[in-house]
Amino acid sequence: MSAVTPSVPKLEAPGRVTFARVLASEWTKFRSVRSTVWSAAIAILLTLGIPLIGAAVVSSQWRQMDPGSRGDNHPLDIALVGVSIAQLVVAVLGVLVISAEYSTGSIRSTFTAVPKRLPVLAAKLVDYAAASLGVMITAVLISFFATQAIFSGIRPLHLSITDPGIARCVLLSAVYITMVGAFALALGAITRNTAAGIAVFAAIFFVLIPLSHALPASWGDPIRKYLPANAGIQMFQLHHDQYSLSPLAGGLVFAGYCALAIAVAAFLLQRRDV
Amino acid sequence: MIEARDLTKNYGKKRAVDGLSFTVQPGVVTGFLGPNGSGKSTTMRLILGLDAPNRGDATVNGRHYRDHPAPLSEVGALLEARSVHTGRSAYNHLLALAQTHGFPKRRVNEMIDLVGLHDVAGKRAGKYSLGMGQRLGIAAALLGDPKTVLLDEPVNGLDPEGIHWIRNLLKGLAAEGKTVFVSSHLMSEMALTADHLIVIGRGKLIADTSVEAFVSGASQKLVLVRSPDLTRLQEKLAGEGVSFTPAERGALEVHGLTAEQVGDAAAAAGITLHELTPQQASLEEAFMDLTRDEVEFSPVIPSQPEGEEAVT
Repeated sequence: MSAVTPSVPKLEAPGRVTFARVLASEWTKFRSVRSTVWSAAIAILLTLGIPLIGAAVVSSQWRQMDPGSRGDNHPLDIALVGVSIAQLVVAVLGVLVISAEYSTGSIRSTFTAVPKRLPVLAAKLVDYAAASLGVMITAVLISFFATQAIFSGIRPLHLSITDPGIARCVLLSAVYITMVGAFALALGAITRNTAAGIAVFAAIFFVLIPLSHALPASWGDPIRKYLPANAGIQMFQLHHDQYSLSPLAGGLVFAGYCALAIAVAAFLLQRRDV
Repeated sequence: MIEARDLTKNYGKKRAVDGLSFTVQPGVVTGFLGPNGSGKSTTMRLILGLDAPNRGDATVNGRHYRDHPAPLSEVGALLEARSVHTGRSAYNHLLALAQTHGFPKRRVNEMIDLVGLHDVAGKRAGKYSLGMGQRLGIAAALLGDPKTVLLDEPVNGLDPEGIHWIRNLLKGLAAEGKTVFVSSHLMSEMALTADHLIVIGRGKLIADTSVEAFVSGASQKLVLVRSPDLTRLQEKLAGEGVSFTPAERGALEVHGLTAEQVGDAAAAAGITLHELTPQQASLEEAFMDLTRDEVEFSPVIPSQPEGEEAVT
């Protein structure tokens, strides 16, 4: 055979598609694009940076504060203040994990390799959730202990991870943000478009609550606590009242929204042309 | 082997593929010809299950594509539209595909070497030229050492060397007994590569035939003959359905007879021939003849299923 005549080497080890292999494949895709690295770095920076700056400011001004202002600064809120901002980054990356496959056309390669499709969605969710959970638990734990270190000289701001509710709030804040990521990934799969996915996410998380205030209080108040964002954040709130769900109830309601979004995404994924 | 049965696909009101039935046999290169927009790419997406047909179905090696446990080893596909994340390197693109089937990393490197992307395998695919993108697509198609290869316009964007390479590759794969189904709107390319042709226009099957039969069937029997004794030859050849056109000096075009018939008749009469050339229409001309109606005169909304009135 001459040099220009190509010959395809035989495949020595034939394979078949398994879910574990799709997980490995999706992990390769996830780690091999820049947006992942950038988003992870920004999410960590926000989750750690904002509490550290906040803690430094409160600690330096503590002596001049009157008792009322002092009471406004709960050390747990300061430790977890980055979560509410980092969730936006986690949501954007969640949308991108699947929407970028549609915008670049790589979804056709993906579904040619795994034509049953559903394992792809499941693997993306598992991989992204695992990555998000791992990164965010680390980040919020560091944030908690680092802000406590900054507060070491201020007795009223001391917290222990073993105090009632503290460990639950710190750890579930990472779980919450992971669920936000999964919810956003499902929105990306439903909209198949980065801008649309992010817009729908923003509408659900940042527009519904102000909108509920436009309703009469007798309607808006009972509805509001069941909205996705309000239900979800109860997982890492220390105090609850009649306007909020319990951590368990809030977590379950939010999980229900996530499950619904994923179910819609799975249904559409099976039916639509690519 | 690929089998399509009554394959039909509508996009909104437009019928892209219309009752298409054909079989693509292993061991030969089957060309899939049609004008732009005739439904070639749609047919290929239907075979791969990327799009769902409105009616009919397509199977590969006896099963729907999605039901194969190792799809990449059944069908290797190169689609016309780009199918690679622009931010990912060729190596990682192929690795992610290989991992779905548990193929080793060594296999990825073999494919990169095969298509000659070794020097750029670590670069982001978005920076590739059209030709490099095609090579990456071909590497992905061959990753699973598939029994069937489905390539949509594979020579697009390739340089002459690359086109030559593809041609040999396709012939080699067919010689190994694989099913090779390759679409093109370039008739000249198919004339060099394909053994069998499936021709469509407006989503409908126009021809399913060998390349030779396609060309000879579409062109009239036409032979150019040169002889010092044209007058006597003309007398011997004359008959029903045979006509003559004087060509350049000392030559004659014979319509309605094959070169064999003309040669035999001349030999029987002891007439010397200086030239005997079958005048075949090119594949391009044959194709244009066959698809002209489909391109120009078909209604915008193609035919409705039997028993229904066409609604306009």
